[in-house]
Amino acid sequence: MTSPSLTPGAANFWMDQRPSETLHEPESPAGPSLSPEDYLSAYRRMLLVRRFEEKAGQLYGMGYIGGFCHLYIGQEAVVTGMMMAKRYGDQVITSYRDHGHMLATGMDPKGVMAELTGRRSGYSKGKGGSMHMFSVEKGFYGGHGIVGTPAPLGTGLAFANKYRGNGNVCLTFFGEGAANQGQVYESFNMASLWKLPVLYIIENNHYAMGTAVERATAHAEELYHRGLAFGIPGRQIDGMDVAAVKTAGEEALESVRSGNGPMILEALTYRYRGHSMSDPAKYRTREEVQDMRQHHDPIELVHKRLAELGQNDDELKAIDKEIRTIVNEAAQFAQDEPEPDPSELWTDVVASEG
Amino acid sequence: MPAEILMPALSPTMEEGTLAKWHVREGDAVRTGDVIAEIETDKATMEVEAIEDGIIQSILVPEGTEHVPVNRPIATLQLEDDETPAVGGPSAAPPTAPAQMQPQADAQDIFASEPAPDFGETEPEVETAPAGPQAAPAEPAPDTEIPAGTEMVQMTVRRALRDAMAEEMRRDGDVFVMGEEVAEYQGAYKVTQGLLAEFGARRVIDTPITEYGFAGIGVGAAFAGLRPIVEFMTWNFALQAIDHIINSAAKTHYMSGGQMRCPIVFRGPNGAAARVAAQHSQDFSPLYAQVPGLKVIAPYSAADAKGLLKAAIREDTPVVFLENEILYGQSFAVPRLDDFVLPIGKARIARPGNDVTLVSYSRGLAYTLDAAEHLANQGIDAEVIDLRTLRPLDIETVLASVRKTNRIVTVEEGWPICSVGTEICAQVTAGAFDYLDAPPLKVTGADVPMPYAANLEKLALPTAQLVVSAAKSVCYREDAA
Repeated sequence: MTSPSLTPGAANFWMDQRPSETLHEPESPAGPSLSPEDYLSAYRRMLLVRRFEEKAGQLYGMGYIGGFCHLYIGQEAVVTGMMMAKRYGDQVITSYRDHGHMLATGMDPKGVMAELTGRRSGYSKGKGGSMHMFSVEKGFYGGHGIVGTPAPLGTGLAFANKYRGNGNVCLTFFGEGAANQGQVYESFNMASLWKLPVLYIIENNHYAMGTAVERATAHAEELYHRGLAFGIPGRQIDGMDVAAVKTAGEEALESVRSGNGPMILEALTYRYRGHSMSDPAKYRTREEVQDMRQHHDPIELVHKRLAELGQNDDELKAIDKEIRTIVNEAAQFAQDEPEPDPSELWTDVVASEG
Repeated sequence: MPAEILMPALSPTMEEGTLAKWHVREGDAVRTGDVIAEIETDKATMEVEAIEDGIIQSILVPEGTEHVPVNRPIATLQLEDDETPAVGGPSAAPPTAPAQMQPQADAQDIFASEPAPDFGETEPEVETAPAGPQAAPAEPAPDTEIPAGTEMVQMTVRRALRDAMAEEMRRDGDVFVMGEEVAEYQGAYKVTQGLLAEFGARRVIDTPITEYGFAGIGVGAAFAGLRPIVEFMTWNFALQAIDHIINSAAKTHYMSGGQMRCPIVFRGPNGAAARVAAQHSQDFSPLYAQVPGLKVIAPYSAADAKGLLKAAIREDTPVVFLENEILYGQSFAVPRLDDFVLPIGKARIARPGNDVTLVSYSRGLAYTLDAAEHLANQGIDAEVIDLRTLRPLDIETVLASVRKTNRIVTVEEGWPICSVGTEICAQVTAGAFDYLDAPPLKVTGADVPMPYAANLEKLALPTAQLVVSAAKSVCYREDAA
């Protein structure tokens, strides 16, 4: 058997973009700002996540939600800013602190809450739970329970974008704890080698479960530099400021979309609640949490900026009320819906069974 | 005194090759490192270098000769200093001895799950049988899925797998291959030979040696609707990727309530090859066969390899496709059909019979079909079932056979605890208890990590003789001892 010759030029398909590019230096986004309309939109989106998560916490305490329940409270600006920066067709994938991402991509709060209570009208018919919801329609690809897995999975979604040449970018979220995983670096290597349209967003909320980032992470203050060895530029941004996130997200997405290869955004953020519902939070002080709530709250920041822009407070109160109604309806729906039919135990195991 | 130059082995599993070209003639002087000949297998071509200085005295095997066994003298060399005749080729591999079905003192204790009867010292009729690897592979009975009158062509398993991928890639632009050395190197075992030339680097993609990462990337691409074929150089390395195979690929359809699909094929050689020791010689069949959300295929013949790989590529459920390195080079009859696709989840009667049911898969079929021949010589008419698919398991075909024969022996190369045979014995006991005339027996690999030493490795793997012994045991036939 003869050895076939290589197709001329073909071997370059996955490596044909640019040889390398000057890395972005981190810059402090000196007070990027949004239009009043964008601030209002951000306020509404963030408030929906906040109120939804508060309600989920209540339902957990009442026994309606079981298992693991990782609340996103405090981190709302990260996913909200990124969703405001992305365009239709871009995919989103994250790990298990994921309710905020679902709501921010436009998934129905009723379907999300009903999945949390394990009911048949949940996004996964009650079979996935808090950590496993998906909406191909909204471009949300999960919802993955194993730390670090969104990195290669998101890189694979980006691979499909390049394979199809559709111009879409995959927004791949993971936490600062996952940033120490080997599979993340395997993904960085291939994403950069093949110039895949993937934007990695490290949500650095400072605690991997109960371990403070500097206790587990070498050179913890510069996670955005974790791609440098692979030629992946990175930026650190204020993840408590939705304007900073949106602005940086738009710039990064433009670069990634234009074929420059992957980028990393490290969003410095903070979760107010425990890792999960059973977390007594002995690893940090009450004062630290209080300080973040009082001085760095992402929703309060938007509220303040809207006030500075002369926003009528009545309109904000109307939004508050509207959001509470949406969330209350979702919670009621999630309690009223029946559990899955027992026959559902056996469905959806393999795809071809229809 | 002249030294012999031997036919070298290019790989641990090579048994013979073609002497493609001589670069020297009789009487030529050669120095250490000179290329003296080229040899090739269906997998690769390599140059043979002299490793001593001397004069080529005689060429024993002319160029163009096919099927030259490893270690046959191909030339003699008059050494300059006329000393130690240490001459060889690129690999000084020791002889790959043909697997003889020698009786092993405590073999029954090691391999069979049940106490076996005493067979005495030897079974001479077994020893006259054709030896395993160097003999032509036992050809199973024609597949009932193949239309009568279809022209059959001889083809290696390697070629059948390659053709299956090429045909599906021509058919569907969403199918692509990724893995280590699949493109420019043409596949570590040459299974992807020629695909790069036909389909280009967009669809035949060399990856870095990072199984966890590229398996996850494959799964992500499948979530987006592409149809990746992810080749693992061997399934041993897929342990690094097993998180994505099980947690990401197998479970997501269920976890999403049926919304997400993951049409991906993970494929590569599985099980023991030859003399590659514990970290490269494991049969992962039972491990993956246990996982809901996967389909698991382990073919023996080239026809099954082709028809089932094509089916796997079209499947919307993730498929674990377990090949076998020893089988890659073996030839079988494959139907010449434009689109030969076999159903996943159906076992095949590889040899019909009435006295005892022998169930196996993948390379286990080689021992089992051999054993059935020996049994026939002893008046035992064995029915051989090739499972082909391990998940979903076609237990109905097995049960139907057991209801006819009332006896069953399972055969596999893997470990005995929680093995495929274990599962079949349990299901047969539950599903055909009243039909059984003897306790089900398992023939398996030994319950140890695979040893390197040739004799120990042989002891760790099943043989046709062990299958014969087990079959006679469940037939209560001790007369041949």
